Amino acid sequence: MPSLKDLKNRIGSVKSTRKITKAMQMVAAAKLRRAQDAAEAARPYAERMEAVMAGLAASVGGSDSAPRLLAGTGSDQVQLLVVMTAERGLCGGFNSTIVRLARAKAHELIARGKTVKILTVGKKGREQLRRDFGHLMIGHVDLSDVKRMGYSNAQGIAKDILARFDAGEFDVATIFFNRFQSVISQVPTAQQIIPAVFEGEAGASTLYDYEPSEEGILADLLPRGVATQIFTALLENAASEQGARMSAMDNATRNAGEMIDRLTIVYNRSRQAAITKELIEIISGAEAL
Amino acid sequence: MANTMQFDLVTPERKLASFAAGEVQIPGADGDLTAMEGHAPLITSLRPGVLRATGPDGLKSFVVSGGFAEVTATGVSVLAERAVPIEEATGTIIDQMLDEARSLAAAALPEDRDAALKLVHDIEMLRGTVAI
Repeated sequence: MPSLKDLKNRIGSVKSTRKITKAMQMVAAAKLRRAQDAAEAARPYAERMEAVMAGLAASVGGSDSAPRLLAGTGSDQVQLLVVMTAERGLCGGFNSTIVRLARAKAHELIARGKTVKILTVGKKGREQLRRDFGHLMIGHVDLSDVKRMGYSNAQGIAKDILARFDAGEFDVATIFFNRFQSVISQVPTAQQIIPAVFEGEAGASTLYDYEPSEEGILADLLPRGVATQIFTALLENAASEQGARMSAMDNATRNAGEMIDRLTIVYNRSRQAAITKELIEIISGAEAL
Repeated sequence: MANTMQFDLVTPERKLASFAAGEVQIPGADGDLTAMEGHAPLITSLRPGVLRATGPDGLKSFVVSGGFAEVTATGVSVLAERAVPIEEATGTIIDQMLDEARSLAAAALPEDRDAALKLVHDIEMLRGTVAI
């Protein structure tokens, strides 16, 4: 049985924990709004980009001269997994769901005899994957100094990946991130970015003139497309992270509240018991006289 | 203005402009062009330059670089990697673009050097055009 003083300290410490989690929840809520707005603002560009590229890919894709970013290297032996996670923890299952998906994919690829390489974006993913796949890691992108995710961050990552692709370091690249659905639900997603794949068949609705040429534009657009997809993923991830943190901290705050209630009851009971005990001692002492 | 078309200017980070425009002057990679309502469908990549659109509130100009423009009979969408309204385009921003282009040109492979040098040249021209 803990002493009254212990209980009091305990309640005090849970109360300050609750204050912290409450504050973190509110900060996450504010950041979530901003992250959502950023993701929203980036959507029109990404959608148009994808539509135009899909149209181009449909018309150029079949030919032999198709760029390698679209047609691939003709092999899928070396697979690059780009695992995008958060820089910080305390956001529920956010990081581990991404890592779990990436890990399953890596095991599956290794079982099929492929070579796997891993590039991590964000500290948490690297920490979790290092244990199992430390020898497969070829790089890490640190975004801990980034206050506001900008397109230039995505460009930096894309440049790194494209340079590795040009150097022949891998054949297929897949990015792993959490797609934001709502505050309580984020969907871990794997998306292949190299060679480019487009969802759905692009209907040849309009016949465009191309300046300078279809191939020229496509060659210009494909690297931008990679950067755009990474940027979208970064933004989705940022929104998901804040959403996950918000609900995790909401739970933590509620749990701390319940714990305080429970501890307070125990505290009051034992105080009452002590008082009763002292009274009985006094009364029985007086009766004995 | 009788004949207008939808004009959209988007960058990866935000939508910069969206209004009904009478005509849009686009700095295309192969030369400037003006798109008006009923233009033949066209996709062109952009060179760094000034994009001008005549809208309900008069002429709007933007400094754009990288990306492409999609012209249809009923609208123009410009997807630029970087775009700023010309009022905000200060010397610093353009110098920054110039520095990036120069370092790109310095690092370029021989077969890409011409394109990279053209980029530097385009931005230098742009710097001359924009009143700073």
